Amino acid sequence: MEPLIAIDHVTYGYEEMAVLEDVSLTITPGDFILVIGPNGGGKTTLVKLILGIMKPWSGTIRLRGDIEGRLGYVPQFANFNRNFPVSVFDMVLMGCLNAGNYLRRYTHGDREKAGAILAKLGLYDKRGAHITDLSGGQLQRVLIARALVSDPPALFLDEPTTSMDATSQTDLLDLLAELQARMSIVVVTHDPTPYAQAYRHIACLNRELYYHERGELDSSALERVYGCPVEILGHGIPHTLLAGHGNAEKQP
Amino acid sequence: MNGILSYEFMQNAILVGIMASVICGVIGPFIVARRMVFISGGLSHTAFGGLGIAYWLGIHPLFGAAAFVLTSAVLIARLEERKLSQNDLFIGILWAVGVAIGIVFIHMTPGYAPDLMTFLFGNILTVPRLDVIITLILVLSVTAAVLIFYRGFVAIALDEEYAKARRLPVASLKMGLMILIAISIVILIQVVGILLVIALLTIPVAVASELSGNFHRIMFLSVLCGIVTCLAGLLISYFIAFPSGASIILIGGVLLGLVKGVKRISARRDLPQPAEML
Repeated sequence: MEPLIAIDHVTYGYEEMAVLEDVSLTITPGDFILVIGPNGGGKTTLVKLILGIMKPWSGTIRLRGDIEGRLGYVPQFANFNRNFPVSVFDMVLMGCLNAGNYLRRYTHGDREKAGAILAKLGLYDKRGAHITDLSGGQLQRVLIARALVSDPPALFLDEPTTSMDATSQTDLLDLLAELQARMSIVVVTHDPTPYAQAYRHIACLNRELYYHERGELDSSALERVYGCPVEILGHGIPHTLLAGHGNAEKQP
Repeated sequence: MNGILSYEFMQNAILVGIMASVICGVIGPFIVARRMVFISGGLSHTAFGGLGIAYWLGIHPLFGAAAFVLTSAVLIARLEERKLSQNDLFIGILWAVGVAIGIVFIHMTPGYAPDLMTFLFGNILTVPRLDVIITLILVLSVTAAVLIFYRGFVAIALDEEYAKARRLPVASLKMGLMILIAISIVILIQVVGILLVIALLTIPVAVASELSGNFHRIMFLSVLCGIVTCLAGLLISYFIAFPSGASIILIGGVLLGLVKGVKRISARRDLPQPAEML
């Protein structure tokens, strides 16, 4: 199967410091990849590189010819102007924009799709609301709607469950399970537990990337990335026990 | 009232006031949303350097101002693209150096420069007919450009990263917006002067933002608010001989205070009664 996205020996950093070093990863159609790792490990940076928001220092990121500019992206809140005066509906409509159509008016089809995706995510009643008047969980769903309105071939979510309560989290997992049949999904998270049933691959990222098939991940791999023993996923069942820290030095 | 309108200088002033208001509404909301108020302040002050050189050379001051503001705008946009973290430092330096260049060249020009005050503080009552026509052409061009690129400009103001991910030409859009801001500043300098341009780009937007939460409605309301303040300031200036630029800005300030005050009072009235809160 031709890969959707091929990341080949990519290095990137801020100022002089490399945040990602020699990272390679292939995303195939229908894949479900969890990108996990400690804060500052480069998870968000990797996603932004794939989306073309930043250019790598070295290495290449190749997208399959037809998907350039069509990827769906659900960023963390901090990255956009939350005070911008825009309604929920117009925010979602913006997901239809691309290099070829941004000079034209939105079509009737665009508006119908925006309405449909809002209804699906339970936000249709809120379509006229101002985005600053939304709760964190509602805003998160608006961002998901914006990412999905253009039927992307791949969906990237950056810490999507951070501001969600348990119900919304379950809804999101159901949605992802449904979407998985139509698109590749990449979730950046510090907490992989909720996705234990769904994921196919795990990418552990802490400057360098360690790639694992489902079920192959063991505690020693995670220890390499995090630098201390951590909770692991096994056999598709989420374990919530925290491993001991062994002989690791305690911070004062 | 017919008496006032029969003077050509008054007709010119009213026309320029209305055109300036259109610019406030078309460009101001983008400046506020993209947090470019400081950049705009810096750009308008660099105009002083151009004015000084134009005086020294003996050419139309507005050409000098336009050259300086446009060059600075392009410099700032390119610097931002290269992600130099100290962008505001550079703008501050550009601001001060622009003014210093102006002072030096005015000092070197023999004789007294009476029109200079006009450019510092603006005088809408002395805009000649030719400038009215130039202003009209510029206002129509800026407005047309904003309407054509509207969705692109909104995209970079709301979420630049998302616009990049969708492969919109973000760098070109940012450069284009910066150039439109520069042209707008040159237009507004005639009305309120270098020192007060920033007020005309922000106060109508602040008033409009109190009244609506929708971007294109804010643009429209900013135009209306601009027209009200410009014409009211103009009348005050005409009847009691106050400086016109300052009158316009102060009317705008009072209007903003009124709108905020009324909103606060009506919000208090809408608060639920203690019994309802239980």
